[in-house]
Amino acid sequence: MPKSDKLQGSLDLLILKVLSRRPNIHGYAITSAIREISEEILKVEDGSLYPALHRMEEEGWIRAKWTNTEAGVRRRLYELTKAGQKQLAEEESRWQHVTLAVNRVLRMA
Amino acid sequence: MSMWSRIRNAFRGDSLSGEILEEYEGHIADAVADGLHPAEARRQFGRPLVLLETSRDFRIVSWLDSLRGDVVFAWRQLKKNKVTSLAAVLSIGLAMGACTSAFRLIDALLLRPLPVDHPERLFVLSREFNEPIHGKLVTNDSCAYPMFRQMRELVKDQAELVAISYVSRVDLTFTTADQTEKANQEYVSGWMFSAFGLHPALGRVFTEADDKTPGAHPLAVLSYDYWQSRFGGDPHIVGRSFRVGNDLYQIIGVSQKPFSGTDTGTPVDIFLPTMMMRNNAIARDDYEWFRTFVKLKAGVAPGTVQDRLGLAFQDYLREYAKTFRTISKEVLKAYFSQRLLLNSAAPGVSALQGDYGLSLFVLGVLVSLVLAIACLNVANLTAVNATARSREIALRLSLGAGAGRLLQLVLIESALLACAGAAAGGVFAFWAAPYVVRMISSPVAPTQLNLSADWRVLGFCAAITFAVTVVLCLPAAWRVSAIEPVSALRGDTLRSRNRMIHSLTAAQAGFGFLVVFVATLFITSFERLSKQPTGFDSDRVVTLETLTAAPVKAVFWEQVADQLRSLPGVASVGLSEWPLMTGESWNNLVSVSGRPNNQAPSYFLSTSPAWREVMRIPLLAGRDFRAGDQMPGSAIVNAEFAKAYFGGGDPIGKSFDVANLDGARSSFRVVGQVADARYLDMREPMAPVAYVPFTSEYSRATFIVRTVNENPLTMASLLRQEIARSRADFHVSSIRTQNELIESHTVRERLLAILALFFAAIALLLAGVGLYGLLNDAVLQRQREIGIRMALGAKPGAVAIRIATQTLAMVLIGVAVAFMFALAGVSYIKSLLFGVKATEIWVLAAPGAIILILAFIASMPATFAAARVDPARTLRAE
Repeated sequence: MPKSDKLQGSLDLLILKVLSRRPNIHGYAITSAIREISEEILKVEDGSLYPALHRMEEEGWIRAKWTNTEAGVRRRLYELTKAGQKQLAEEESRWQHVTLAVNRVLRMA
Repeated sequence: MSMWSRIRNAFRGDSLSGEILEEYEGHIADAVADGLHPAEARRQFGRPLVLLETSRDFRIVSWLDSLRGDVVFAWRQLKKNKVTSLAAVLSIGLAMGACTSAFRLIDALLLRPLPVDHPERLFVLSREFNEPIHGKLVTNDSCAYPMFRQMRELVKDQAELVAISYVSRVDLTFTTADQTEKANQEYVSGWMFSAFGLHPALGRVFTEADDKTPGAHPLAVLSYDYWQSRFGGDPHIVGRSFRVGNDLYQIIGVSQKPFSGTDTGTPVDIFLPTMMMRNNAIARDDYEWFRTFVKLKAGVAPGTVQDRLGLAFQDYLREYAKTFRTISKEVLKAYFSQRLLLNSAAPGVSALQGDYGLSLFVLGVLVSLVLAIACLNVANLTAVNATARSREIALRLSLGAGAGRLLQLVLIESALLACAGAAAGGVFAFWAAPYVVRMISSPVAPTQLNLSADWRVLGFCAAITFAVTVVLCLPAAWRVSAIEPVSALRGDTLRSRNRMIHSLTAAQAGFGFLVVFVATLFITSFERLSKQPTGFDSDRVVTLETLTAAPVKAVFWEQVADQLRSLPGVASVGLSEWPLMTGESWNNLVSVSGRPNNQAPSYFLSTSPAWREVMRIPLLAGRDFRAGDQMPGSAIVNAEFAKAYFGGGDPIGKSFDVANLDGARSSFRVVGQVADARYLDMREPMAPVAYVPFTSEYSRATFIVRTVNENPLTMASLLRQEIARSRADFHVSSIRTQNELIESHTVRERLLAILALFFAAIALLLAGVGLYGLLNDAVLQRQREIGIRMALGAKPGAVAIRIATQTLAMVLIGVAVAFMFALAGVSYIKSLLFGVKATEIWVLAAPGAIILILAFIASMPATFAAARVDPARTLRAE
């Protein structure tokens, strides 16, 4: 399992991407989604998700609201904002650039 | 999330943490629901508290959070010492409130712009010249109409000149009411309203067309406030009329609020056109009865207009001088030395400004000193607290707390105290400023100032709150920053501490001395001024100023006086044109046997034969007036007059002339000589006075009644009724006791004396408490040193004497420095003093002695404590 700090930079991208596909999900659902889609290769350390979420909320990329579940417990649901969509596009293209560059280096070497 | 929600989060820190933890718990619950073992779920999640800190930092403004924490901490700290904190807040609050009150008054009187269009473009003409007798620089802002008219034409392209008369309090009768009432009336140029950008609130206001022909515009405009207070804003007021004396005026409208004239402190109720001014005022060169306001057009520099008007003024002076016949060289020189000035009139122009501007400033300085003393007290207190916590602070420092954070804590504690003080002071100022206005005001001349808070007052409050915060936290901050963890933890005292106590002691004593010194000056001035001999017996004398619809012959006035004499309780009744010491005067230049006039004018007063007897002014030679004395013809002169014109010899039978500037003369023969009596006020030396017979026709005169009863006012309504019953056309305009008239000349001195006494008492109390606290603390701090000294054989007495001498030396240094300031500053307040010099021994000795005694008493407990130090116990405790 990669440690969260190695995922630095990509964690934001993953969260934003998940939220762009599935709006209004809570924190646990985000980690589960990342795990499932990456077929268990990418695992986010559960706790470190939240400071990231709160930071992105602060940046204005995502917003959160409390809703009551059927079980009567409150859950905090997150969704992407306009700024978040823009950020996602930027991060995605940056990621493509970097991976492309890394691949080139790997091929040349 | 917005900045606002982050700020809000800083104040809901606890519930925010709860929310974040709730979210974490939800996550773990979901993981467990997915089939994970609860312990495993928690392990996978990580350390919630660490994460919480990180999350919190994202969701709130962290400095605000720490600030909030410090405020709560400082508040607890203040609450811990409830009594001390309360005393601190009250003493600072009182002093801050006094400062704010002084500023509110200064603002209302001298700073607040008039509610007119572009007040910064409003100026007033004044003349400056060296008075011929003493060479003193005098300014005078009264003008005559012919000159005004010329000047207005001259600068028409650059400025509008507006004539506004002095405010007079008149008796008027509305046609719908029988009762006569008083109102403040002012004559203004018809174009004043448009020049000042003022619109009618009802009906219309004057235009230039309403101010063209003398006597032809019996119209009036009411001020908004008067309309509201007198008529409750009656919308049908336009078209109604009122009578002043014989003149009937019709109300044409109400001026826009809040304008009520340009005479700051005296609101105008009724505006009349200048053309309605009586006494041929429009044509006369020698009648100066109004101020000239200059409203500059946009972009015109006041200097340009001043220069143009100045040249015209010099021409005018030369032209006017041609009418002079008999005039001395000195007077002529003074006459030609007159210069025309344009002074800013943005805050209005009034005599009140001249009378009280400096007084308020001095009071402001006085209360600032009291504030300084209060601040030093509290600053020392917070410094002592900081020292008492020096171990705690040292511990924090050595654990890595930033010094900045500690300073922030001290600053916040000071700011809390300053803000609480400002709040208490606000309450005090809310009450105190109107109280001072009421003290100045009298029924004859009601004073009213707009004291509402404006940005200047609010800015001032913010500024002194800030200044107080800084002063309060400086000593404590200095000490916190001087704490060295190593020595503080070991229990050493700070060496710099003694130096600070010394300078604070000196400062307390110095400030205290200054306040008591100024108070002594004011109290002595008031004492000496009010004890000035008046030359007459004012007890049991009441004056009834009476008006008639048309001039009435003196015999009829005497008939009414006889009616009054027949009343039980009346001892004697006299008549004069006005009472002595109302501020009213009639003066003339006197010449004896054709010689040039004396330069100093002499006062004149028409009096009935019985008048001297009623006033109990001693007759020195000759006789009183009697039937057959003519006006002009006979005169009774006072001792000063005899000295000035007859070389102090017997004046009886001698003659003198009264000469007008145009050369016309009337002659008088002296039939009696009386002792000096005050004519105008309490300040000036006794002046030459000539009393002349009350034999003409008068539409205004005053009955002077001496009653049998101790309090003459008990007779007031009876006398008023009797006068009205005797003659239907007689109307009593005002009733004042002679003592009231005398006291009206010492109102300012009384105000200054009372307030200075009050603040001196506060200053002494605060300085005493402060010195006590300082010295007590000093002894506590030095207990170890004292213990060692005593263990090494010093006698307890010697130690105590040492402490006392040190204190005394500091107090003396403080007093000496303050003394220098006092001597340097006293020349600025010379005009407020009377008969007292700063170099007088009593004025210097009394405050010095008071401060020394205070310091001595305040240092007693500390000295005894020092003498009682038990070396064995003190040294063991360390």
